[in-house]
Amino acid sequence: MPGTSPTRTASSTDPPLVAEELLTESRKHPGRLAGAIAVLLVAAFLIDSFAGAQIDWGVVRHYLGAGFLIQGLGMTLLLTLVAMVLGVVLGVLIAVMRLSKNPVTSGVAWFYVWVFRGTPVYLQLLLWFNLALVFPMVSIPGIYSARTVDVMTPFVAAALGLGINQGAYTSEVVRAGLLSVDEGQVEAAYAIGMGRLRTLYRVVLPQAMRVIVPPIGNETIGMLKTTSLASAVGVTEILLQAQHAYYVNNRIMELLIVCAVWYLAAVSVLSVVQFYVERHFAKGSSRPLPPTPLQRLRAAAGRKPVLR
Amino acid sequence: MTTPTTIATATSTTESPLLRAEAVHKYFGDHHVLRGIDLDVARGEVLCLLGPSGSGKSTFLRCINHLETIHSGRIWLGDETIGYRQQGARLVERPEREIVRQRRAMGMVFQRFNLFPHRTALQNVIEGPVQVRRENPKSARERGVSLLERVGLGDKLDAYPRQLSGGQQQRVAIARALAMEPRLMLFDEPTSALDPELVGEVLTVMKDLADSGLTMIVVTHEIGFAREVADRVAFMDGGRILEIGSPAEVLDSPQHERTKTFLSRVL
Repeated sequence: MPGTSPTRTASSTDPPLVAEELLTESRKHPGRLAGAIAVLLVAAFLIDSFAGAQIDWGVVRHYLGAGFLIQGLGMTLLLTLVAMVLGVVLGVLIAVMRLSKNPVTSGVAWFYVWVFRGTPVYLQLLLWFNLALVFPMVSIPGIYSARTVDVMTPFVAAALGLGINQGAYTSEVVRAGLLSVDEGQVEAAYAIGMGRLRTLYRVVLPQAMRVIVPPIGNETIGMLKTTSLASAVGVTEILLQAQHAYYVNNRIMELLIVCAVWYLAAVSVLSVVQFYVERHFAKGSSRPLPPTPLQRLRAAAGRKPVLR
Repeated sequence: MTTPTTIATATSTTESPLLRAEAVHKYFGDHHVLRGIDLDVARGEVLCLLGPSGSGKSTFLRCINHLETIHSGRIWLGDETIGYRQQGARLVERPEREIVRQRRAMGMVFQRFNLFPHRTALQNVIEGPVQVRRENPKSARERGVSLLERVGLGDKLDAYPRQLSGGQQQRVAIARALAMEPRLMLFDEPTSALDPELVGEVLTVMKDLADSGLTMIVVTHEIGFAREVADRVAFMDGGRILEIGSPAEVLDSPQHERTKTFLSRVL
């Protein structure tokens, strides 16, 4: 600062500059610096305490590659996929029913959302798992019949419970998406001779997707973590595998940290997928699409020759 | 096959109107929007519907392709009643399958274009042929390209609607309607949402269609277009057609007091 003052004093006595020579300066932000220092101090404290904590990082590293945990992660991902597919299919169906002019159809849809959004998902999992207590047999008359305990395996109970619960939430998201599409779009589709179903899946749903996809992406990430509840009904997903291991070797924190790392990794991958899916459905939107990381790299590479 | 009788029938069908409305009534709740519309439109004819807003002209147009239901009366396209089938003394709404088939014979152009924003100009045009008429995508594409060239947008095939001006969007919408090879085109105030300097390009395309012999019903406020292109002009007010005749008759020497007031305001 003092180094620049001589010029300042000199110029202040000079006659006023012409407007072209008056340069602007952006405002200083002393608060930002203070904030950054405070945050770094807290971070340093946390890192220091974890370094001194009784965590055996070697054990963490060892279990990161453990086959039984990766197997559990595979089960977590499979359950996420099955539950989300079921949830989205049910969500679209319930949303369309809810918007139907038939009061019975829309009433049933309303009831579905009321029940499955109104009770804890953990409770629903337990209900599905124990279904055999009230329905000893499941059957499609004349075609198929089996004992409920044989059908309602932990995986089936968890997939049904999570998927049906998800359907209740997704239906509200889909309903909002369908309502966001302009009525004129439906009329235009009818005018070129489309029926209602074709209008729905060629014209309305693709446009509703722009509204539907971001929250569904969020919910998929939420589902990935909610599948840990399936350990309660005995699905050997990653958390239950870790629990089985630490009941034996007592490396509780180490195994939980490994699980956290795997969950974070899976969520990060899903976030990337979400980015590209959102881009796909933003086609024709008014806002320009943000460049993909690859396009950014290419742009950066392409700019160099210009600078030369 | 070609007996004199068939020839006689053939002649009589060419003489009968393409579209005929008989005593069409419509209510929105308690509001009596259409109070008995009778109208014949011949093959190849261009009819302009004029009238103040709220006169029912757009509603009537939308009844023609059954985007709106009607309360009573009949609308014939060729030898079929649109939207309803007569069973004794009752008119029963047709199943969706039949309504969809009937709509395919009519193209419609909307005030607000209503292009599909998630599809390019060409995709908008071939959507009907490929999805509805099950046309082979390759030949539909070729036809789509030549239709877009016909409306002067041969260089905008891959543009999304939002990248096009209003006039360009409306011309894509016209090409989209033409792609279904309709027997009748319905235009619902096609230039009302356009900036004044873009109106001309759309009207030029419409005039070109009229010259090619397409049957058109045009709801419009463009008196100049009506005078130059229309075979007949109808003036609507209060849910009725108050007068109908050649542009010279209706626009230059209107008989009805309401028509005179309306024309003095818009001209």
